[in-house]
Amino acid sequence: MVVDGVSKGFQLPHERTHTLKERVLHPLRRTTYDRLHALGDVSFTVEPGEFFGIVGRNGSGKSTLLKCLAGIYGVDSGTIHIDGRMSTFIELGVGFNPDLAAYDNVVTNAIMLGLSPKEAVARFDDVIAFAELEEFVDLKIKNYSSGMLVRLAFSVAIEAEADILLIDEVLAVGDAAFQQKCFDVFNRMRDEGRTMLFVTHDMGMVERFCDRAMLLERGRMVAIGTPEDVSRRYLELNFDEAARAQPEQLGSSPRGDGSAEVLEVWTEDDTGARADTFGHGGTCRVRARVHFAVEVEDPVVSVVVVNEAALNVFAASNLSSAGETGVLHPGSEAEVSVNFQNLLAPGRYDLSVVVSRPGTGFNIMHRHERAASFLVTNPTPTGGLVDLPYELEVHATGTPRPLPEGEPA
Amino acid sequence: MSAPPTPRGRLVTGPSALSGDTRRFILLTQRIAAMEFKLRFFDSVLGYFWSLARPLLLFGVLFVIFTQFVDFGDAPFYGVFLLFGIVLFTFMAECVSGSVSSVVDKENLVRKIHFPRLVIPMSVVLTAIFSLSLNLIVVLIFALAQGVRPRWTWLELPLLLGVLLVLAAGFSMLVSALYVRMRDMRPISDVALQVTFYASPILYPLERADPQVQKLILLFNPLATVLQQSRHALIDPATPSAAEAIGGAERLLVPMTIVALVFATGFVVFNRAAPRIAEDL
Repeated sequence: MVVDGVSKGFQLPHERTHTLKERVLHPLRRTTYDRLHALGDVSFTVEPGEFFGIVGRNGSGKSTLLKCLAGIYGVDSGTIHIDGRMSTFIELGVGFNPDLAAYDNVVTNAIMLGLSPKEAVARFDDVIAFAELEEFVDLKIKNYSSGMLVRLAFSVAIEAEADILLIDEVLAVGDAAFQQKCFDVFNRMRDEGRTMLFVTHDMGMVERFCDRAMLLERGRMVAIGTPEDVSRRYLELNFDEAARAQPEQLGSSPRGDGSAEVLEVWTEDDTGARADTFGHGGTCRVRARVHFAVEVEDPVVSVVVVNEAALNVFAASNLSSAGETGVLHPGSEAEVSVNFQNLLAPGRYDLSVVVSRPGTGFNIMHRHERAASFLVTNPTPTGGLVDLPYELEVHATGTPRPLPEGEPA
Repeated sequence: MSAPPTPRGRLVTGPSALSGDTRRFILLTQRIAAMEFKLRFFDSVLGYFWSLARPLLLFGVLFVIFTQFVDFGDAPFYGVFLLFGIVLFTFMAECVSGSVSSVVDKENLVRKIHFPRLVIPMSVVLTAIFSLSLNLIVVLIFALAQGVRPRWTWLELPLLLGVLLVLAAGFSMLVSALYVRMRDMRPISDVALQVTFYASPILYPLERADPQVQKLILLFNPLATVLQQSRHALIDPATPSAAEAIGGAERLLVPMTIVALVFATGFVVFNRAAPRIAEDL
């Protein structure tokens, strides 16, 4: 598949004339258009047998690109060449009619996806078997549960046997067992040398399945390369945007009695240079500057690492480690430094810093929430909250127990 | 990007009316029409009866009025040609009013999948052909019961229906494509159908009109020409054929040209609109 310099714009009329009356009454009024450049000069090549991911934030043009590839939208300029039969799943079960039984819908949908009626009929049993809907074949599909519908639609899509599949975020469906089944199918397709293009937000999917990936931003290709690079760029892009979008919100909830102030919080890598992206396993250092307005002896400082789900993943404080800070005078500053080995799962983390009077740590002088944030990347995530180092062994124990007579092996 | 890409395989051209794949177009049209038909007739209790009920009811009312109160009923086989006319007009109306919003109604399909766009209005026409065939059987039974006898000229029927089909298909393409951008097509087509009904010799025998008016009707209303020729060839050979009534066979070229023009215009308009339908919806 070769995509060369594809651009696509949409005309967004300011005031759409939909009726003849309006045309007749306002013959001279030109409809004014805003041109929305959904895609600008996108070029890439996908080799046969490759799993290619297209990622990008909302509105970056991913779906438009997919629709151009699928031939649903014509392109304004540029060319797209495709070698092989292609199936598109912009949405599953397009054209399903709720009043018809599974058989009619499956056959119609399969013909839409490009099978001949004979092939479609021949594959019907496989489709039903894959969807595990044997008991419900004769039911009108309006009586199906939504999960059953999705399974049916996905099964048709898979049985369509195309060389090239275009898939637009349709995988976040079905229960865990069915998802696992889909993943197995993807792996099988990969073994069979099919080509697949995904559009997704899920970096886990990209890193798990794709050979290469592409990042779109405002209709332009920002990055193309290995899934790890692209997903890192994607996280950075999201991060930048979030940081730009809410400068006031970041650090906008200082609490406490005002007797101290967390002036600045930042992160450094092991060389001591400021950084906000950390690879897995390296050293991460959190630093903060605190200003004290009153005299205080041995204040308690805690640093909390909060993940995107607002869970406290990790906290460090000098409450028990009793590092005697000594007496801080009014107007003096203190520097805080926390070193830890970065075993966090990939994602974005916020840092909160709390300064309290000595004792239990509840007498807060200043709480600076979400004072800074940083990113963690990891090409081989385990899927847990943290990626701790581990060793895993599997070995057989004892000798096999002989099977009782007559029981099938 | 590594080496400059060498294009290979087919070029993706975006959507069009036929998408260069006639076989797929035919398959899909058949499939969708069959499903529509199935939905309509196997889902309701009385099924096919409903699609016949409307033309039959219209026929019943008109038949009573025009045989009891107006003297049109004197024309030989008035009932037969009234029913035949209503059935043909019903076909025409089903094609046109069914197609108007068809593309917009199938928005889900149009925006999500690549297929020959012409499938949509054509499947409406095909569904209408299915019901027309069933209705014609009813007309045949009624005609035989009324004493109409089979003749060789009945072989003209496929040709006459063919002309009507081309006309209906042309209008279907035209209105379905225009409706996407101009929602007035719904009332416009409704009014146009009503006018066509009264401008066609359905409830009145053509010969009751002034000869000049007769010629005008036949010249500019292809449905009237088809009906008049059907009446001559199928029902009552004593009535003048379309060629006689219009004043010479060569004049038949006018309605035939209109049919061809409607079809060509419909196709061109649809073909031009097809690539952008998904965006204009």
